Amino acid sequence: MALKMVKGSIDRMFDKNLQDLVRGIRNHKEDEAKYISQCIDEIKQELKQDNIAVKANAVCKLTYLQMLGYDISWAAFNIIEVMSASKFTFKRIGYLAASQCFHEGTDVIMLTTNQIRKDLSSPNQYDTGVALTGLSCFVTPDLARDLANDIMTLMSHTKPYIRKKAVLIMYKVFLKYPESLRPAFPRLKEKLEDPDPGVQSAAVNVICELARRNPKNYLSLAPLFFKLMTSSTNNWVLIKIIKLFGALTPLEPRLGKKLIEPLTNLIHSTSAMSLLYECVNTVIAVLISLSSGMPNHSASIQLCVQKLRILIEDSDQNLKYLGLLAMSKILKTHPKSVQSHKDLILQCLDDKDESIRLRALDLLYGMVSKKNLMEIVKKLMIHVDKAEGTTYRDELLTKIIDICSQSNYQYITNFEWYISILVELTRLEGTRHGHLIAAQMLDVAIRVKAIRKFAVSQMAMLLDNAHLIASNTQRNGICEVLYAAAWICGEFSEHLEEANQTLEAMLRPKVTTLPGHIQAVYVQNMVKLYASILQQKERSGEKEGAQEITQLMIERLPQFVQSADLEVQERASCILQLIKYIQKLQIKEVPVAEEVIALFAGELNPVAPKAQKKVPVPEGLDLDAWINEPPSDSESEDEKPKTIFHDEEQRHSRHRQPEIDEEELARRREARKQEQANNPFYIKSSPSPQKRYQDTPGVEHIPVVQIDLSVPLKVPGMPMSDQYVKLEEERRHKQKLEKDKKKKKQKKEKRGKHHRHNSLHTESEEDIAPAHHVDIITEEMPENALPSDEDDKDPNDPYKALDIDLDNLVSGKPSRPLADSEKLPVQRHRNVETLKSPDSEAPLVEKKSKKPKKKEKKHKEKEREKGKKKEKEKKVVEEEEEKKGEDLDFWLSTAPPPASTTQPQSEPEVGAAVVPEAQEVKKEEREEREEEEEEEEGKKSSKHKKKKHKKEKDEKSKDKKKSKKKSHHSEEETTESVQNGTLDDEPLPPMSSYRLLAENPYIKMTYDIQGNLQNDSQVTVSVIFENKSTSFLKSMELNVLDSLNTKMLRPEGSSVHDGIPVPFQLPPGISNEAQFVFTLQSIVMAQKLKGTLSFIVKNDEGSTHEKLDFKLHFSCASYLITTPCYSDAFAKLLESGDLHMSSIKVDGISISFQHLLAKICFHHHFSVVERVDSCASMYSRSIQGHHVCLLVKKGENSVSIDGKCNDSTLLSNLLDEMKETLSKC
Amino acid sequence: MRGEAGPGAALPGGRRRAESDPTGPGTGPGLGPRTPVPGPGAMMRFMLLFSRQGKLRLQKWYLATADKDKKKMVRELMQVVLARKPKMCSFLEWRDLKVVYKRYASLYFCCAIEGQDNELITLELIHRYVELLDKYFGSVCELDIIFNFEKAYFILDEFVMGGEIQDTSKKSVLKAIEQADLLQEEDESPRSVLEEMGLA
Repeated sequence: MALKMVKGSIDRMFDKNLQDLVRGIRNHKEDEAKYISQCIDEIKQELKQDNIAVKANAVCKLTYLQMLGYDISWAAFNIIEVMSASKFTFKRIGYLAASQCFHEGTDVIMLTTNQIRKDLSSPNQYDTGVALTGLSCFVTPDLARDLANDIMTLMSHTKPYIRKKAVLIMYKVFLKYPESLRPAFPRLKEKLEDPDPGVQSAAVNVICELARRNPKNYLSLAPLFFKLMTSSTNNWVLIKIIKLFGALTPLEPRLGKKLIEPLTNLIHSTSAMSLLYECVNTVIAVLISLSSGMPNHSASIQLCVQKLRILIEDSDQNLKYLGLLAMSKILKTHPKSVQSHKDLILQCLDDKDESIRLRALDLLYGMVSKKNLMEIVKKLMIHVDKAEGTTYRDELLTKIIDICSQSNYQYITNFEWYISILVELTRLEGTRHGHLIAAQMLDVAIRVKAIRKFAVSQMAMLLDNAHLIASNTQRNGICEVLYAAAWICGEFSEHLEEANQTLEAMLRPKVTTLPGHIQAVYVQNMVKLYASILQQKERSGEKEGAQEITQLMIERLPQFVQSADLEVQERASCILQLIKYIQKLQIKEVPVAEEVIALFAGELNPVAPKAQKKVPVPEGLDLDAWINEPPSDSESEDEKPKTIFHDEEQRHSRHRQPEIDEEELARRREARKQEQANNPFYIKSSPSPQKRYQDTPGVEHIPVVQIDLSVPLKVPGMPMSDQYVKLEEERRHKQKLEKDKKKKKQKKEKRGKHHRHNSLHTESEEDIAPAHHVDIITEEMPENALPSDEDDKDPNDPYKALDIDLDNLVSGKPSRPLADSEKLPVQRHRNVETLKSPDSEAPLVEKKSKKPKKKEKKHKEKEREKGKKKEKEKKVVEEEEEKKGEDLDFWLSTAPPPASTTQPQSEPEVGAAVVPEAQEVKKEEREEREEEEEEEEGKKSSKHKKKKHKKEKDEKSKDKKKSKKKSHHSEEETTESVQNGTLDDEPLPPMSSYRLLAENPYIKMTYDIQGNLQNDSQVTVSVIFENKSTSFLKSMELNVLDSLNTKMLRPEGSSVHDGIPVPFQLPPGISNEAQFVFTLQSIVMAQKLKGTLSFIVKNDEGSTHEKLDFKLHFSCASYLITTPCYSDAFAKLLESGDLHMSSIKVDGISISFQHLLAKICFHHHFSVVERVDSCASMYSRSIQGHHVCLLVKKGENSVSIDGKCNDSTLLSNLLDEMKETLSKC
Repeated sequence: MRGEAGPGAALPGGRRRAESDPTGPGTGPGLGPRTPVPGPGAMMRFMLLFSRQGKLRLQKWYLATADKDKKKMVRELMQVVLARKPKMCSFLEWRDLKVVYKRYASLYFCCAIEGQDNELITLELIHRYVELLDKYFGSVCELDIIFNFEKAYFILDEFVMGGEIQDTSKKSVLKAIEQADLLQEEDESPRSVLEEMGLA
């Protein structure tokens, strides 16, 4: 034996070990590849030997070579051999090699399953550890499925060292084998309270990562994490939890409110920058998600901004960078708070670190206002001049353009200034963004009519100095601006003063060195110029001049005819022929100018970039169907335009149909405008306030304010744009002075004109009037364009598979117990005495998690006690869904959980009681549903109003009606009379607005909520109580748990915990209605309030005290009040552009359109404004005055609803509710 | 850490940025800041150690990746990081990831994290790893990592697993490594004695 060992060692003496290999590679720098291939040959020899030590050494060397980039996949089998060595030394090397080079495509990986399983159950914890570590790198779906159960068992290993590794690797297993999530989750959750901090933090890591991918399934864990957050001192864990809360709050705004305080405390107290940064980030996220609900968080924002300012001012570049990064998140929702730190951000532009400068640039984008735009851009222009390196300069360039053009040029008050900026930017050499500048020039010149004259003069100058620009002819280089310049000069040639000079500039021989697409535009626009010169000359009778210009064209055009570029060549030869023909006519002294100019008659309208895409496909048109027989060889046509310029050219050809003269065009335009104005269904796209001008008739007649050019156009020694800064300052100063002085009538008139502009923007900017009328033409969109393009979520998202409902597991109430199919596969032939099936594990988890020492647990306990009691007394069990959220709701609605310590503990029973309870739930649910149906059948409805009652209730006592009349008069107009079918030709199905609130063998409650027009913060809840029993019900008292937003109005002097007595008693079989008023702050979101009805049941045997829990659901629709609206007012409303837009589509609708509208009217309190065929516009108003406009369209089996509303949250919630209603149709 | 701490390679150039939107700002309000948005998730994707000369010293991938892609990403990222000037901040957005790097003497430690991860805590993680190496090797230098690269991996594996930090306590990580090494020595002891004999 010893001899053999000695022999092995002697063998090894001649082998290289890793050190030798490394040294060798370092010594063979010149012929490294050759040396390594030699080494690989040696390694191959070594791998053939039986000695495992030699093999391990070889694999170790291979691992090193793999890092250097050499392929070692051929040795996969040898690696497995080394993995299965019994000695830890070798095993370790084997697993390392495997973790470095195995992946899902490695075919031998399936051979490792049993080896890994063996190592996982090794008595040596380091064997297990090394196997887990390796597996975490190369786990495949197969391995995950086969080993999930083994790993799950390891989560309860006695050694924390193994537990923490097992917990961490579970995440990888879930990803590869999502089916394992449900069975493994209870145990994972249990690990959140593991005594070992390492295991605990591992569990936090895994659950946080899971939860952040699919937050909604983990909402009910919030209380547990909240507790961890307030008790943990480990920053690593805290960061994870805080991050998790950041993901949960958008789903549950109440959580955000609860979080703000502890987070602010942490921000104040922590010294760890990483934690501070995380807290600030989460507070920002929370505030963003709350921004609609809670107005009083400016203190928190201020705190964040303050802390971030400290970070940005820090000398540590990292903190500076992150500070700016976080600041940009605040900017999106609270621009004001950030804007006050403009100085600091501008300072960062001077930072030596480019990444910081770029961050600062990002921030500037959101910080500009009308006031400071010029100043900021000026600063950026200075940076452009000093910037070294084209990358950063290009970045500055694009940023300047982004900043100026954002929100449809919202912040530009002086377009001359902007054109000058663009022209100045053309001096940049070596930029790759020539096309960007060009696109801006085109856009501004086309859409801002008032600026055309100025733009044309500037462009003519550019064309004249083309030699300066054209030196750089690379694609997308600065020469692209010539494209824009040529087109603008040609198209708007009527504004050109020295057309001759420009034409000559365009005909220079140097032009032929420009890229083809630019030459093509040159050629085309030369003709436009030529046409206008011709016209001018003919009008003034200069026949010679006209002939001269024709001659010039004929002389110079041939240089383009010879072009290698097809487009240029073709255009040039056509035009050359045309002009030759003109020359002939000119010689015959025929006037030609009018005919030539007619070639270019008509105006080009800007078309929105997505317009084509948004044209709805007409019904019955199948775009994929062949029109003719498919051709034999499939030619692939590239439909996508490659650059905007191609796009532009297409526009040319489309609009330039010579047979349509201007009159015809104008007529059509007028007709279209008329049509649109009269069409209430035409929802105009108006992304920015300026666009509201678009269809205002006669906008051209608004007199344009003259620019006060008291300062000469050229200020010597100063770049062009700077002069505007000065001018602007003076102008503003003057304006201010004027304003401060007296208010003359004449001035009032003048200002009145501006006022419409100004009022669109923030108050602080109100006093800045644009220098001249900004007549921005809106891009055209097709009628009935589909409003938004949804970006679909990535269907390949690996985390989607983990979107698994865990709620019943989470809340410890397995109402859906793990099915057999959900058990993890267990290797039966192996010794499984240590393995427990997941099912037997579940109750264990519960027991553990129900330790009464925790506050939350106590609360749950209490809830469960209640549940049990109900169970015993055969009372109604709440809907399953409600149960799920119950704990969370309670936790969220009350700040400190009640410290009830007197509750008796009876854990074993609890576990047993759960399952029958679950069954009970299902049964009750079914009953409920049946009853609801019955109820609905018995009810009548009208088209517009809600008040319907069961027939059996008609006989109901009069006092009910009385009480109703008292509290809201809106019901007076519609009593319980049978209005069925009186308004419409076809009968409507019976509908009831009364929904079931709660029910038990004694009593049934249904309710309806109505808004109160008189009071914008109150709604009235009418509850019908029906005595179902044979006993007498009395002393009914209704109580709800108020939320921050919604509170029950109680008589003065009573506390929030007092209930409100129901003002009647109920004899057997009788029902009656009572009303309760609720106050609320925000109405943009639906609310749920938990409540209890307590009452005394009195019969022959005596009296008992009973309780019935319920949940009051305030839907968003209940805040709406049916309000009629005339179609013209409706159209005006839509045009105003103040409304947010959103839409839904529901498929599988079979009911008639009329029924559908009736349903929306009835359940969602809308009124029909107008209806045409299968299209209708509807309107409603919230109690707080939000306008809600709908456009409902019915297609085959589907309904699409486009909505507009002042508040986007309210709208999306309303639409969601509608979707739910409709999907039941 | 010892080793030469010379000036960083002062290469000009900057970060790679996404190619600008060809439709241009004329398209109206749709245009915002064009920074690539890092995806969700808060795990580490991979960790690289490389020298100033661009030699890879250690790579750990927490998301199985094909060799080809690995090579490409390593090459690209190394280029980006090495081009950065010494006074620049340690974070950059790269592809859909965030990269956190720090230079210790001649070695760059570089982690790619997902969009939601905390940059500062990652920096802390890098620092802890360096501390662990330092404790283990006793004032670590690049050569230690080259010649004992498997040890460097073992330490990393004890510290980080599957892209998540495994143990926040340095002590327990070192203890685990020491114990595993002890186990290894038990295995190896007879051989190393003989080997020394052979070498003598």
